[in-house]
Amino acid sequence: MKFKKILPQLLTLLFIVLVFGFFTMNAQENMGARGLEFGFGFLNTQASFDIQFSLIDYDGSHTYARAYLVGLLNTLLVAFIGIILATILGAVIGVARLSPNYLIRKTASFYIEFFRNIPLLLQIFFWYFAALRALPMLEDAPLLLNSSYMTIKGLYTPAAIWTNFDIFFTTIIISIIIIFFFVRYAKKKQEQEGKRLPVLIISSAIFIGLPLLTFLIGGVDLSWSFPVIRQMSQSSYTFDGGLKIPPELIALTLALTLYTATFIAENVRAGIQGIGKGQKEAAASIGLTPSQVLKLVIMPQALRIIIPPTTNQYLNLTKNSSLAAAIAYPDLVLVFAGTAMMQTGRAIEIVGITMATYLTISLCISLLMNWYNKRIAIQEK
Amino acid sequence: MFKYVKQLTSLVAMVAVLFVFTTETMAAKKSKTLKNTQKKGFVRCGVSQGLPGFSNADAAGNWTGVDVDVCRAVAAAVLGDANKVKFTPLSAKERFTALTSGEIDILSRNTTWTLSRDADLGVTFVGVNFYDGQGFMVRKDSGITSTSQFKNGISACTNIGTTTELNMRDFFNSKGISYEPVAFEKADEVVAAYDSGRCDTYTTDKSGLAAQRTKMTNPDDHLVLPETISKEPLGPVVRQGDAVWEDIVRWSLNVMIEAEEYGISSSNADAMKVSENPAVKRLVGSEGELGSYLGLDQDWSLRIIKQVGNYGESYKRNIADTGILPDRGPNNIWTKGGLLYTPPAR
Repeated sequence: MKFKKILPQLLTLLFIVLVFGFFTMNAQENMGARGLEFGFGFLNTQASFDIQFSLIDYDGSHTYARAYLVGLLNTLLVAFIGIILATILGAVIGVARLSPNYLIRKTASFYIEFFRNIPLLLQIFFWYFAALRALPMLEDAPLLLNSSYMTIKGLYTPAAIWTNFDIFFTTIIISIIIIFFFVRYAKKKQEQEGKRLPVLIISSAIFIGLPLLTFLIGGVDLSWSFPVIRQMSQSSYTFDGGLKIPPELIALTLALTLYTATFIAENVRAGIQGIGKGQKEAAASIGLTPSQVLKLVIMPQALRIIIPPTTNQYLNLTKNSSLAAAIAYPDLVLVFAGTAMMQTGRAIEIVGITMATYLTISLCISLLMNWYNKRIAIQEK
Repeated sequence: MFKYVKQLTSLVAMVAVLFVFTTETMAAKKSKTLKNTQKKGFVRCGVSQGLPGFSNADAAGNWTGVDVDVCRAVAAAVLGDANKVKFTPLSAKERFTALTSGEIDILSRNTTWTLSRDADLGVTFVGVNFYDGQGFMVRKDSGITSTSQFKNGISACTNIGTTTELNMRDFFNSKGISYEPVAFEKADEVVAAYDSGRCDTYTTDKSGLAAQRTKMTNPDDHLVLPETISKEPLGPVVRQGDAVWEDIVRWSLNVMIEAEEYGISSSNADAMKVSENPAVKRLVGSEGELGSYLGLDQDWSLRIIKQVGNYGESYKRNIADTGILPDRGPNNIWTKGGLLYTPPAR
């Protein structure tokens, strides 16, 4: 009887092994027949191509492995900014969708219906090409906030020049740790003695005060480098100094945010509507203020509905960022599965690495969100 | 119990199928590509996604260009009809994978012949059908007339997955100029970005620049600079491991070039059968047995010349008359000061 139970499992396993084995052997044989070798040695050879935008030090004299890292970081950057902005925008739009004000409610639903029903690639092209043409040339760009220029070649902002940045950074980490323990202490004190400490004020004081102190005694200093226009030829200009944010990054982030925010907004609306009216009334009847009702009763329950589908949207946003290749944003797909694959011809290895990378990023996001979901789920006592 | 019997049978069938496949891939036959092409009835040819003069489809889906003509020549030689070609438009990134994976049998897509590609990608370059070099295009109102006027901070639009990216780095590094590379996957987006003012210069092969200039909003506003920063011999490519097919493609191209050298064109090919010159007679198939060495019939080269024309006709039709590059420059027969010099067809 036991054997009967195990047999189907064994057969399935055998089947999977055979299929994988077949594809591996077939690929090896075909590659062998064409004189191609399988291997990852190419990662240590010189890349010989430059990348427009990089978060780490890179030029063509570095290796393919380094180029991979540049692409990966650019992908993570756009995913990170996109997720944060889409979450904020999505939450606002989702709440606006339930607003008693007719105009706000209808504007929010129009926004959602409009942006989620147009293919993302089209939106990326629109923001890049249409918006790009609308932006001024460098010499005509107006000065924004007395420091920045928004031009066709990108956003030029002042760059921060730090001295002893490591000391400053360490202090921020330390202050976060202090705040963490302080909040725990304050909570305990409230539970035991019923005394409420002004948590928010003290926390902000620590967070701002400690790093500020390093300027006075830690030798930390901050100065700004402003972009200065320079003429290159009769009609073309460039900016020296400052920080340059390429228009490709701006267009991609904008498109991803506006698109994904529509789905998150619908999740938020569903979450809030999923809480019974009685909950709110019951909370009010025991004397909670409206903000306490939202914070202590509605949101903890609504989040349980919102988080799982929103995790999906985070994953979608990350994977959709690979459309960057269409508009020259040097993400993982453009740099590694594009240029590097072309220059080395290692299609199988590079596509394999790229797939594994996206899988890892997605699994990490999933793990993080599942952990958060578990934390806010109903704790049976 | 019946359930497991069924599962077992399907498993046995699976394994059997696997073995059939594996033995098939292991059997190396002499010119499988030629056999398959004749069986299918068309030549599978990889071309660009639209580069006027080289490979470009009109509104009706008819492909024209000098790269297209190489595939047509092979179809005329192998199948007897220059129109029996199935064209697959490929991006620069996809092209070699499409060839090595067997999706196409000839890659004729303005592809630069380099050592690393020839030796490392599992492909073989069979010849050169266009001698090109990388150049730069700028807006006329910039006042730039030479690459020596390039300054630090210049932004350059180009395609990914080409030798262009590598040449560009070599060039700017050797001049000590800092630059911003903006690399797109498709040529149309490069043109759109450069045209909108995102980049100060557009760099690719000079023939490509000349062809893409015609796609700009206002072509007269742009100038291709005189400097050439690299050697770009463009030519057809085949998969490694099929020497007979490689020879067929190589000599189909050579026939077109040699036909021009001996003054044989699509209009006078039949009349040339009675020529005094044995070299001419060999090309039109009235002497020798050249076709049999390639596994083809006697009239293979005559069909190429009659249906596709010689190299000069192809150049005139696709590149000169369309206004892309009226001057033949290095792409002329060696006897007329160009670089086109083929081994003799004998």
